[in-house]
Amino acid sequence: MTELATRPKHSTAAQSQHGHAHEQTQSEVHGDPKTTAETRELSGAQLLIELLERQGITCIAGVPGGANLPMYDALSGSDIKHVLARHEQGAGFIAQGMARVTGKAQVCFASSGPGATNLITAVADAHLDSIPLIAITGQVPQAMIGTDAFQEIDTFGLMLPITKHNYLVRSAEELLEVIPAAFELALSGRPGPVSIDIPKDVQNEKIELGSMPAPGARLPDPVVTEHEVDDMLSRITAAKQPVLMIGGGIVYADATELLRYFAEQMDVPAVQTFMGLGVLPSDHPLSLGMLGMHGAPFTNLVLEECDLLVGLGVRFDDRATGKVAAFCPNAEFIHVDIDNSEIGKVLQPVQSIVADVGNVLEIANRRLQPQSNEQWQQRVAQLKSDHPLQLDGSDEIFRPYGAIAAVAELVDSSANITTDVGQHQMWVAQAYPFERPRQWISSGGLGTMGFGLPAAIGMALAAPNQKTICFSGDGSLMMNIQEFATAAEHNLDLKVIILNNNHLGLVRQQQTLFYNKNLSAVKFEQRTDFPAAAIAMGMAGIDLSECENPREALKQALNEPGPCLINIPIAETEMVFPMVAPGGANKDMIVSETPEAAT
Amino acid sequence: MSVTNPAILKLTVKNHPGVLSHVCGLFARRAYNLEGVMVRPVRDDKKLSRMWLLVNEEDRLMQLIKQTEKLVDVISVEQHSMAGSAFEATQEYFV
Repeated sequence: MTELATRPKHSTAAQSQHGHAHEQTQSEVHGDPKTTAETRELSGAQLLIELLERQGITCIAGVPGGANLPMYDALSGSDIKHVLARHEQGAGFIAQGMARVTGKAQVCFASSGPGATNLITAVADAHLDSIPLIAITGQVPQAMIGTDAFQEIDTFGLMLPITKHNYLVRSAEELLEVIPAAFELALSGRPGPVSIDIPKDVQNEKIELGSMPAPGARLPDPVVTEHEVDDMLSRITAAKQPVLMIGGGIVYADATELLRYFAEQMDVPAVQTFMGLGVLPSDHPLSLGMLGMHGAPFTNLVLEECDLLVGLGVRFDDRATGKVAAFCPNAEFIHVDIDNSEIGKVLQPVQSIVADVGNVLEIANRRLQPQSNEQWQQRVAQLKSDHPLQLDGSDEIFRPYGAIAAVAELVDSSANITTDVGQHQMWVAQAYPFERPRQWISSGGLGTMGFGLPAAIGMALAAPNQKTICFSGDGSLMMNIQEFATAAEHNLDLKVIILNNNHLGLVRQQQTLFYNKNLSAVKFEQRTDFPAAAIAMGMAGIDLSECENPREALKQALNEPGPCLINIPIAETEMVFPMVAPGGANKDMIVSETPEAAT
Repeated sequence: MSVTNPAILKLTVKNHPGVLSHVCGLFARRAYNLEGVMVRPVRDDKKLSRMWLLVNEEDRLMQLIKQTEKLVDVISVEQHSMAGSAFEATQEYFV
């Protein structure tokens, strides 16, 4: 096997040159191609990089290898900064972190074969959470496709069910169409990932190039009529006990201010989905917090009583609805979403509007009559005070809610928060005082353990002047721990807070509650020294349990710029409550480990 | 094979590699019951293909159509009766 055909552990040309190209002219960037007045000669790879520059891409996360060497050769002359991830899945989540915090489409690179398969989890994750991610992979030369060539895999077939659309590019010229189209698709309507597989011969193919295509951008949204919006408003006015259900669509539509005004003028309380957290500040009087499997008791109980649920930018995910037949048993539904295929997928609304939710709210805010729902608000307030969210131990730093509260007290609302997946994620979703959209990013639909650290790196790269906090668990963190080195390499102001119970905590919880405490394969017999691992990869690392004054140590670690791992041991018996059993109705919340205490 | 109440969909799609994969991939991914597929380029427009689908999804037909319409390479989806469809004309080939 030749050297070129393997995936090198360290990139060479691609890595060393970024950041030094800012003063270069266009012709220097592309290695002095033959130019004439009308045309110039470019390779497919050079064309790709130029098209990405024209899309406004300034940072790409990736890993080079045999089949994308020409891309990396071209990239080294570009202004685009490259972040060398330690695993392609890390690269995918770094790009996702950048996309989730900016709302812009972002790009990751991987080589063929294992490079592409390693990227898959991050792409699937982007698909379920509607993230505009452009995954660009190298492929073996076209003449070798179908021969079981070295590092050949059917990337097109693998990406097909987990992207909005995907391409196998068959000529350099096709890139002129495919790259802008990919961005247009990723950003238009309901955002989502697009994958582009580019055979090596296409990357090397020289073409004479005239003019460049316009960059791809979001297409105009569907038209909303005032009539439709008036219909929605009159239904809300007619309802006695209305509730808004607000989701990620509000975040992606940049409609937070419109939503807050709408909710306040119509005086309608709002439940937030996991993806919608931050749209209403958690202390907003109309906020009912997160609904569903780990929602507060009052949140789910309000939904039991509501007579109209207005879904705005939501998809009625099963973690939110619980058993659909028992969801909001006394309510009719209105569904506003930009994806027509979501209407009627889970439940049948009495009215639906297929539109950008921001456009709907903008019209609604012009046409609504301010109203108050005094009686209903009183009932909601009653339920809130009778059935509050219990945050046990919120003043103890070595307990989950206490650790989260301690961090929240020490950073301001400019800090961006991400999590991994598991108990810690739900504790943060329940208890962190989110105040704004895109402050919170987390793997919702796919629930990918290993999301947190690389996503935090992406967030910190895209928002370098804000602190990035990643809450993680000892199970999740291990799944992409290699990215410690990437965080250190870029000296990002990023803190990983690990609520460490040395177990797969949420699995342990389910085994405890639903499998007769038969704890199977949930304890890590070999304990990992996470601060030592962080230090080994160039980060700082502390263990609060070894600090004389843990709160002071936490404060110092959070305030000191740069990447740091903060280990906070917690008991493995801690649980996330309430909990609705998977498949159960939301009203059947388990609130403690003793079954008779269930409400 | 018993086809209880099949619906017939007539699709106009872009004629390029991967289109059939996208349509069949969608049906596999969402567990829609596909009883028959016929596809050929449109006679007078080689940039397009006509795809006939025989689907057995009474309850989820609208959802299936909406999902199919979302595919980038699918230009239009129409419901069609058995009469005058590609499946009616070719029944003798499937005995």
